[in-house]
Amino acid sequence: MQGHSHYTPTSGIGKWMDSRLPLPRLVYDSFIAYPVPKNLNYFYTFGAIISFMLVAQIVTGVVLAMHYTAHVDLAFNSVEKIMRDVNYGWMIRYLHSNGASMFFIAVYIHIFRGLYYGSYKAPREVLWILGVIIYLLMMATAFLGYVLPWGQMSLWGAVVITNLFSAIPLVGPTIVEFLWGGYSVDQPTLNRFFSLHYLLPFMIAGVVVLHVWALHVTGQNNPAGVEVKDVKKDTVPFTPYATIKDAVGLVFFLAFFVWFAFFQPNYLGHAVNYVPADPLVTPPHIVPEWYFLPFYAILRAITFDINLIIFTIPSKLGGVLAMFAAIAVLAFLPWLDTSKVKSSAYRPLHKQFFWAFVVVCVMLGWLGSKPAEYPYTVLSLIFTGLYFAYFLVVLPLLGLFETPRQLPASIADAVLGKNRGAAPVTAGAAAAPQTKG
Amino acid sequence: MASVQHAEGDRRDFLFLATGAAAAVGGAAAIWPFISQLAPDAGTIAAGAPIEIDLASIPAGGQIKILWRGKPYFVRNRTDAEIKAAQDVDVKTLRDPQPDAARVKEGHAKWLITAANCTHLGCVPLGNQGYYGGWFCPCHGSHFDTSGRIRKGPAPTNLPIPQYTFVSDSRIRITGAPGSAA
Repeated sequence: MQGHSHYTPTSGIGKWMDSRLPLPRLVYDSFIAYPVPKNLNYFYTFGAIISFMLVAQIVTGVVLAMHYTAHVDLAFNSVEKIMRDVNYGWMIRYLHSNGASMFFIAVYIHIFRGLYYGSYKAPREVLWILGVIIYLLMMATAFLGYVLPWGQMSLWGAVVITNLFSAIPLVGPTIVEFLWGGYSVDQPTLNRFFSLHYLLPFMIAGVVVLHVWALHVTGQNNPAGVEVKDVKKDTVPFTPYATIKDAVGLVFFLAFFVWFAFFQPNYLGHAVNYVPADPLVTPPHIVPEWYFLPFYAILRAITFDINLIIFTIPSKLGGVLAMFAAIAVLAFLPWLDTSKVKSSAYRPLHKQFFWAFVVVCVMLGWLGSKPAEYPYTVLSLIFTGLYFAYFLVVLPLLGLFETPRQLPASIADAVLGKNRGAAPVTAGAAAAPQTKG
Repeated sequence: MASVQHAEGDRRDFLFLATGAAAAVGGAAAIWPFISQLAPDAGTIAAGAPIEIDLASIPAGGQIKILWRGKPYFVRNRTDAEIKAAQDVDVKTLRDPQPDAARVKEGHAKWLITAANCTHLGCVPLGNQGYYGGWFCPCHGSHFDTSGRIRKGPAPTNLPIPQYTFVSDSRIRITGAPGSAA
């Protein structure tokens, strides 16, 4: 979609700059003239919303770092000082801690939108994988950040997560000692976590640049899932159309965000994290933040040794492998889905399996918040199986057995509803998705 | 321009390979300090010197938790019933088969000293709870018996025993982490 540039500088300074560092040309080509499919709905505004959230997290985070002390004896109190003494410290911290949750809400909507409309399929595989990498970096950043206030859940969350690595055969214990910088989660751990929590967002920003670059090479997918054929008929320029639509989406999202930050700032947190960290007392119920819960449920689902005849995977390693596999499988999605049709609007069966998958993820999240006892353990195992079944059984087979609805000839046709009534079986179905939003 | 053909590598090839090899070794050598600095530093290692614990204040059936090297350890004064329960188990049925006698010092069967981090993911199990009267881990539901052996739940192994010696009948000295060379 990145045709040749139509940017023509008019001013003298513009021409002088263009032949030296054509930054205005890059901005013009990428965010003004850049053509976007004209049928994008509001689910496509979440890319811009996430970009905004990344910047917001970096700005609030840099400010918090000016008042925070990364020391086991001082960290907890320095956070309380931010809450009580620093001007607007309470607001900045609540925006940062709730901002993390909002970031994940937006990214989950963004990911599920990609799943629904088949945005991971050729030619957008690299774009998708870059997204998975961003998601991984986000999870690492969020985990490291949650440790910094050095409350009870900070400490014990760090203990549980760093101990995951001890399940690795042979080198596991050494790796854990190198993560800790000691014999337990302690001062060296907190200090390096702070350093890395400051670093990773900038790495995310770097991968986001690649993600957007890859997006602008292939062009956006769209609710019809057919590629742009005629730039004039199928697309509109990014500015003003996408810019304004993104801005509207962002305004509504920010309204929700600040409502949360001002009126429910601790709803998504854990009260026990307002108790200073104590290595002698485990909180009765250790749970990660809500955005990790589905993976936490998968981790805990494997409570038995897996006997593979030649060797046995101990239950602990099995749980860790299942959890990492649950994320890694996303990277292989472009090749696991065998259907040539992208959008679920034209895949009647996939649409149902997609919503079933959403329910599975929500159920896993709910199970992850429950104690590790019957019947939750059994249910966790069942839903873990269903999670993997979607990727490893449903998507590969569905492409072979599903009869898709007739695709519109072009995006312009999809918008004008030209397919309606083209074939009796598809009547009324093809035009619906574009009107949703 | 006359050119000389060399069937094998010439002097330039040798220099190319030698330079590349030196750069690779040098690169690896430069990376090592940045990995090594992650390891426990000298002060952390020094602070982890052996400690002595007085057992006299622990009543029968009671236990204390002590913190050494930033990690908790259980010191439990087991009752006769608890010792018998631990000894009567058929060792072959255990996930991590170990007789009770191998987990205490000879002649000191009532004293059980174990690491207090669950072998699953490191939580501190709660004493005198769970199906087997030993410990129950509230995080992911592992049950340990009165010998600290895993009986049910996700933990793969028994609560490990640290390196320790009896200085006197009522005093022990912990000298090393579980699994380390004595």
